[in-house]
Amino acid sequence: MAKKQAKAEAAEKPEGEVDIAKQKAEAAAKAKAAALAKKQAKAEAAEKPEGEVDIAKQKAAAAAKAKAAALARKRSKAEAAEKPEGEMEIAKQKAAAAAKAKAAAKAKAAAAAKNRAAVQEREEVNTHSEISPNQSKLDQIVSAIESHVGQGALLEHYINRLSKDVPTLVANPDTYFSIAKFLRYDEQLDFSYLSELHGTDFESHMEIYVHLHSFKMNQSVALKVKLDRDTPVIPSLVPLWSGANWPECEAYDLLGITFNEHPDLKRILLGDDWKGYPLRKDYEPYDVEV
Amino acid sequence: MLRTEEMLLNVGPQHPSTHGVFRLVIKIDGEIIKEATPVIGYLHRGTEKLAENLQYTQIIPYTDRLDYLAAMTNNYVLCHAVETMMGVEIPERAEYLRVIAMELGRVASHLVWWGTYLLDIGATSPFLYAFREREMIVNLLTELSGARLTFNYMRVGGVKWDAPEDWIAKVAEFVPYMREQLAGYHELVTGNEIFVNRVKGVGIYTKEEALQYSLSGANLRCTGVKWDLRKNEPYSIYDRFTFEVPTREEGDAFSRYHCRMEEIEESLKIIEQAVEQFPEGPVLAKVPKIIKVPKGEAFVRIESPRGEIGCYIASEGKKEPYRLKFRRPSFYNLQILPKLLEGENMANLITILGAIDIVLGEVDG
Amino acid sequence: MIKDLLHSAPSLLNFGIFFGLAVLLLFVVLGFVTYGILSERKIMGFMQMRIGPNQIGGKWGLLQTVADVLKLLIKEDTIPKKADKPLYILAPVIAFAPAFMVLATLPFTDAFQFADIGVGLLYYMAISGISTIGIVTAGWASNNKYSLIGGMRAAAQMISYEIPLVMSLVGIVLITGSLNLNDIVAAQEKVWFIFLQPVAFIVFFIASVAELNRVPFDLPEAESELVAGYHVEYSGFRWAFFMLSEYVYMFAMATLTTVLFLGGWNSIPYLDFIPAAIWFGLKFSAVFYILVWIRVTFPRIRADQLMEFGWKVLLPVALANIFLTALIKELINLF
Repeated sequence: MAKKQAKAEAAEKPEGEVDIAKQKAEAAAKAKAAALAKKQAKAEAAEKPEGEVDIAKQKAAAAAKAKAAALARKRSKAEAAEKPEGEMEIAKQKAAAAAKAKAAAKAKAAAAAKNRAAVQEREEVNTHSEISPNQSKLDQIVSAIESHVGQGALLEHYINRLSKDVPTLVANPDTYFSIAKFLRYDEQLDFSYLSELHGTDFESHMEIYVHLHSFKMNQSVALKVKLDRDTPVIPSLVPLWSGANWPECEAYDLLGITFNEHPDLKRILLGDDWKGYPLRKDYEPYDVEV
Repeated sequence: MLRTEEMLLNVGPQHPSTHGVFRLVIKIDGEIIKEATPVIGYLHRGTEKLAENLQYTQIIPYTDRLDYLAAMTNNYVLCHAVETMMGVEIPERAEYLRVIAMELGRVASHLVWWGTYLLDIGATSPFLYAFREREMIVNLLTELSGARLTFNYMRVGGVKWDAPEDWIAKVAEFVPYMREQLAGYHELVTGNEIFVNRVKGVGIYTKEEALQYSLSGANLRCTGVKWDLRKNEPYSIYDRFTFEVPTREEGDAFSRYHCRMEEIEESLKIIEQAVEQFPEGPVLAKVPKIIKVPKGEAFVRIESPRGEIGCYIASEGKKEPYRLKFRRPSFYNLQILPKLLEGENMANLITILGAIDIVLGEVDG
Repeated sequence: MIKDLLHSAPSLLNFGIFFGLAVLLLFVVLGFVTYGILSERKIMGFMQMRIGPNQIGGKWGLLQTVADVLKLLIKEDTIPKKADKPLYILAPVIAFAPAFMVLATLPFTDAFQFADIGVGLLYYMAISGISTIGIVTAGWASNNKYSLIGGMRAAAQMISYEIPLVMSLVGIVLITGSLNLNDIVAAQEKVWFIFLQPVAFIVFFIASVAELNRVPFDLPEAESELVAGYHVEYSGFRWAFFMLSEYVYMFAMATLTTVLFLGGWNSIPYLDFIPAAIWFGLKFSAVFYILVWIRVTFPRIRADQLMEFGWKVLLPVALANIFLTALIKELINLF
């Protein structure tokens, strides 16, 4: 139905359409896909030609991460065969709004095409298996770690579907630092940016979560390590990323995790004479009245 | 030979240029800083601890109080994290409202930075000009959300309510007005020789240092790293808009100034496009009354005016998060300060600290 | 009249007359300070799209400053425990007294002047330098680190800028051949010195802003860096003294600029039916307005750049100006 709408709209101004398509051809792969999808919509509504599937595939591969997130969302939400009501409505609105302005039309169509492509992709993926687009990157990282740091350096590794498909590595407390060091300095991986470091008290254990980013690979990775809850001690990452300094202090301050070889481990947010570690689940406020 | 002594000076926690309760213990020899130790935590309210006993929607007002100059992005990062985990499809109109609100917030936040930064440097007028424009944005956002700074506007699955009638028209009117004012700002300040002398070549760091210290936002882009999560890891509907990511190569305070000023322009571009494309439809997806996030964990990050703001949620499948953690950009950005201050004089302290653009509510969490 | 008094024998009556006149001037100057501050606030308000004072004394806020001064008078007098008490009390007086002393030689019109001494210009420069001591004393005596830095900055700045200030005036002295301010005004009857000595005027004006510790040279009290600089510990009437001396200096400096470069009370040709006092007032107000304008426009300069600018730019330019003036004067004399 959305396609019909798009077709009708395209019939109204075919001239401009071609122009737009031309302009788009110079633009990004995404825009290209949009223009093509539009042309196809004009050609035939009911059937989906081969070309579109190809383009949709290409596009999905190119903008893997964002698309995959949307995809995962949709997959979990909707059945494969039928398009949900809301989606059609959205497409309808989009087409209606597109008539307003040229620029708007462009973006709308791109979005519509994206949606369509996502639907396409969803159907396709469902027929195959549930392989995340980040799986290959995870495999690459894991194999690199295993060949350089050693077999069994990782306790576990998986794609975290909930967290935009981020490859997640779970390290041993013993191998945590060497894995981090490898990720930091390996030329292929080059995780030069520490985006986030924090701890969590999971009652059964403590956990450090480190979110790293590699500009070279254009890929994020989550590195986790489980610590003994009673004596949470772990090497500091400050020698690798100076940016880990304060976050580690924060984890020490609020959770009582000790970071070895940290240059200046101190209570950073709370007072120096604070009793206990507030983010631990068994924390009892010193003064209940407050 | 005269005997000279180093002097220990407490800059803050109450000081006009620390922009809040931030303390800097500096060892000075004359006016030259030998060593600087930042002391933070005066505004620590334990947001993360409090959140563990609150339902997701109840946490949103707390995020307003982190980075209180750009609360919309904070609202969004929490909602985005929850939505990512739940796999909620956001209605188009809500996405547009969110983007417009966030970008207006970004402009407002940069305006506050611009005004206060120049106030730090000793010019009083820009502050008032910036606040005049910022007031208009605040009014727009008040019309939208009902609050001036602590918006509490976004909800899991969309936004609290639709924009009032002709609100979009008002936003559309504001964009060209702001552009005009921006040109005036440049005329007044950017070319001013005294200002340029104050900021050029001050507080320099390299690209490698910026990455090493986990800097983000304009603090990272000023060294030439073209990294903006709106562009590089598009969230919401940012991939629909054409805008540039302003970068500079120098890595000094002046380049940070340029990056932020150009970011205002880019934000205006986004607002303009969003207003043009603004669709009809619902503003809240069908989400359960009591939001329960599936068991697991997620970390999402988005681009706030100050850099990369992230939200980590560990969920047990209950209506409260098991653990909520914000990656607060000001907190990370501030780490490089002691390194930058070494060997600088008192006047540069203010220039460098101001250029980092911190919000203490966010630093202390 | 005053000249006669000066030449008459000392007596109690003469003392009384002088005292009365001095008190009169005090009130005139205080009146100026009151409305100077008000007008500055109003102009700043206008430039910054604000309203400015508009509550006390009608919609123009005419009594705002009066109320402010009254508040300062009845405010609690605080002295920090660890302050050097005698110096702390003395400092505002040292800063304030010279500000009034310099007014004695300034000719406002041909009739209104207290002391027409031969070296009026030199007197002004010499006396105004004393204020620095007051500021440094305040900075030291407060026993506050910000005050100390502010005081030190003030000392460095005022000494550095006194030199180009004086040097820029040597050209005028060369042309006039006198240090007497009346002679200088008389020499400008045809052409103002701002046209004969434009370079000197620029140097003088910049240096005078620095001497006044006003933006962009307000380093001694740089609010955003040193909180309030040398007077951070002062409150109430002691603080008011610093404030007053600052504005009295502004009054004096604007007068001096008018006298030295804008022809004092001399009128523009064909407009000499307007009284001298009004001419003086107009020029004075223009200078005052420009000072306010500068304050609203510029950011603050940095300490090291300030020193560099003073010693490496202003001083050489002032010296070159002296050399050129001397050269031209000699050449004119030759032909």
